[in-house]
Amino acid sequence: MNGHAIKSKAEIRAEKLLPGNQNFTTITEDIAGVPEQKKTPIQWWLLFGFALSLLGIFAGSVGFLIWEGTGVWGINNPVFWGWAIINFVWWVGIGHAGTLISAILHLFRQNWRNAINRFAETMTLFAVICALVFPGIHVGRIWVAYWFLPLPNQMGMWPNMRSPLIWDFFAVFTYFTVSLLFWYTGLIPDLATLRDRAKGIKKKVYGFFALGWRGGNRQWQHYELAYLVLAGISTPLVLSVHSVVSSDFATSVIPGWHTTIFPPYFVAGAIYSGFGMVMTLSIIARKVYNLGHIITVEHLDKMAQIMLLTGCMVGYAYSMEFFVAWYSGNPYESFAFVNRALGPYWWGYWAMIFCNVVVPQFFWFEKYRRHIPFLFITSILVNIGMWFERFVIVVITLHRDFMPGAWAMYNPTIWDVSIYLGTFGLFFTGFLLFLRFLPMVSIAEAKLVLTESDPHHGEDHE
Amino acid sequence: MNSYGILAKFDSPKSLMHAAEKVRDEGFEKFDCHSPFPIHGMDEAMGLKRSKLGYLIGFMGMSGALFGFGLQSWIHSIEYPMNISGKPFFAYPAYAIITFELMVLFSAIGAVFGMMFFNRIPRFHHPVFYSEKFSDVTSDAFYVSIEVDDPKYKESSVIDFLKDIGGTEIEVLKDEI
Repeated sequence: MNGHAIKSKAEIRAEKLLPGNQNFTTITEDIAGVPEQKKTPIQWWLLFGFALSLLGIFAGSVGFLIWEGTGVWGINNPVFWGWAIINFVWWVGIGHAGTLISAILHLFRQNWRNAINRFAETMTLFAVICALVFPGIHVGRIWVAYWFLPLPNQMGMWPNMRSPLIWDFFAVFTYFTVSLLFWYTGLIPDLATLRDRAKGIKKKVYGFFALGWRGGNRQWQHYELAYLVLAGISTPLVLSVHSVVSSDFATSVIPGWHTTIFPPYFVAGAIYSGFGMVMTLSIIARKVYNLGHIITVEHLDKMAQIMLLTGCMVGYAYSMEFFVAWYSGNPYESFAFVNRALGPYWWGYWAMIFCNVVVPQFFWFEKYRRHIPFLFITSILVNIGMWFERFVIVVITLHRDFMPGAWAMYNPTIWDVSIYLGTFGLFFTGFLLFLRFLPMVSIAEAKLVLTESDPHHGEDHE
Repeated sequence: MNSYGILAKFDSPKSLMHAAEKVRDEGFEKFDCHSPFPIHGMDEAMGLKRSKLGYLIGFMGMSGALFGFGLQSWIHSIEYPMNISGKPFFAYPAYAIITFELMVLFSAIGAVFGMMFFNRIPRFHHPVFYSEKFSDVTSDAFYVSIEVDDPKYKESSVIDFLKDIGGTEIEVLKDEI
C-alpha cells in the first residue's frame, strides 16, 4: 500500500476541500489578495451604499424611539414583548453558528471548517451586536441601561441575580466578549501576513494589530494551547447562551412557554439559523470574490447536512411540544398549542413549519445539497422560518393566555419594521467593511488542510 | 553594526522539523523555528517543555467562578437582602448560570492575554525583522533562527552547521547602522 500512484485518504480529502493545484503561496495570494485589491469591486460599493442607507434608517428609528418612548411600537397588553424580543432572539440565534463552527468543529478536528470559520465568527460578532441593540433600546429609558450592570451606587440598587433576564445579560455579554477574543486570536497570524505584504500606512496599521507576530514555534506553542482552550470553553458557552435565552421564557408561567424542552430546542434552532446565514453570506462572497476553489461545493454540502440535522431536531421539538401539551391534560397548555396552529395567526405557524421542517428535507439528497441556487434560496427560507418561530413563541403565545377577557391582537407599527430592517444595515455595514479590509478565510488555517503541511507527508507508515 | 543572530531558510515543514531536531541535538537553546502555520510535533522536535499557560487559565477560571458566586451571594445575602416573591436570599441554584458565565469569561481573558504574556507580544522589534526576506515567513517560507545569546553561538561555526543541516540563504541578522 505504499506505491506513490495510490493516494492516501488524507490526500483525497484535501483535494476535495482545496481542488486544483494549490500550495502555500497560492492560498496566501488568493485570500490576502481580496483585502489588498487596489480597486474595490463595484458590487461592494453597491452593497455598501445599500447597507449604509439601512443604517441611516436604523439611526433615525432608534433616535425616534428614544425620543418618543416604546409606545411607538405595536406592543400592547397582553403582548408586552413584540418584535424587539423576536429580533433579539433571532439575531442571537444567528450568532451561534460562528462559535459552533470555530469551537465545536475544531475540537472534533473537522478541518473543512478552516475555510469558513473566520467568516462565521465575524458574522457572529455583528449578529450579536445587532441582538444586543434590542435589550438596550427596549428598556425605554436607554440612558439608565447601565442598571443591568452590578455596579455599586448611592441608591444601594443591585440587579436581581435570581432573574433569568439578568442571566441573559451576562450570558450574551460573555458570549460577545469571548467571540471577540476568539476572533482576534485567530486573526493575529493573518494580520502578520497582511503586514508582511503591505506597504506604507497599511503596513503600520496591520502591523500594530499583528502585535509583532513572527511565526516562531515558541509562539505557536502557546498560541495553539490558547486556541484549544478557547475552543474548549466556548463549546459549553455556545450551548449555554441560547439555553439561557430560552429560560427568559421557560421560567415564566405562561402556557406554551413553561416547558423544559426549551433549552435544547432553542439551541438546535439557533444552530440551524446560524448555518443558514453562513450559507447565504458565503454563497455571495465566493461568487463576488471568485473564491469557489477555497469555499467549495464540498463545504456547502457539509453545511447543508448540519442544517438537515438541526432542522430535524427542531421539527422533533415542534411535535413533542404538541404531544406534551395534550399529554399534560392541562387545558390552558392544550389550548395554547391548538391556537398556534389554528388560531388567528395560523399563517405564522405554518410558515414556520414549512421553512424549518419541510424545506430541509430536500437535503437528504446530494443533488440538492450541491445545487447552489437552490441552497441560496433555502438558506434564506431557513432564516425566514426561524424568524416566524420566534414570532410564534412570543406573539402567538402572549396574545391569548388564560382569561379570554385579557386577549388581544397584536399589530406591529412602521417603527417595529424600520428598526428590524435597520439592524440589517448595522450587520451588513460591519460585514462589508470586514470583507474589504480583513482576510475572510483564515490564511494560516486554510494551509493546514494541505497534506504538505504535515511534517510526515510522503513518509511510509509502518 | 551589531549582529543579533543567524537565519537559515528551509523549504518545507518536513525539512524544518528535521532541522529543528538537529539543532536541538547539537545543544542550542536560544533558537526558534518560524513557519506560516503551526506544525504538528514541532514542540518535541525543538525539545520545548509543555506550555504553562494551562495553569494560568485554570487559575483565572476558578477566580471567575468564585467571583461570580461570591458577588451574587454577597449582593443578595449581605449588601441588600431584598424579599422578591418570597424567594430565599441565598438562592444558590439560581446563581449557577452567572457563576458559569464569569468562569468562562475570566478563562477566555486568561487564555488570550496569558498567551500574549508567554509570547512576549506585543513586541514590534525583533532581530528577525532586520531580514528583508523574512517577510515571506507568514506566507510560504520556513526559517530557523539562532540567537547571539546562545552559549554555543559562534558566527562561523553556526553558519557551517546550518549549511550542513540543509539550510539555504543563510543570513546574519544585523541592525541597519
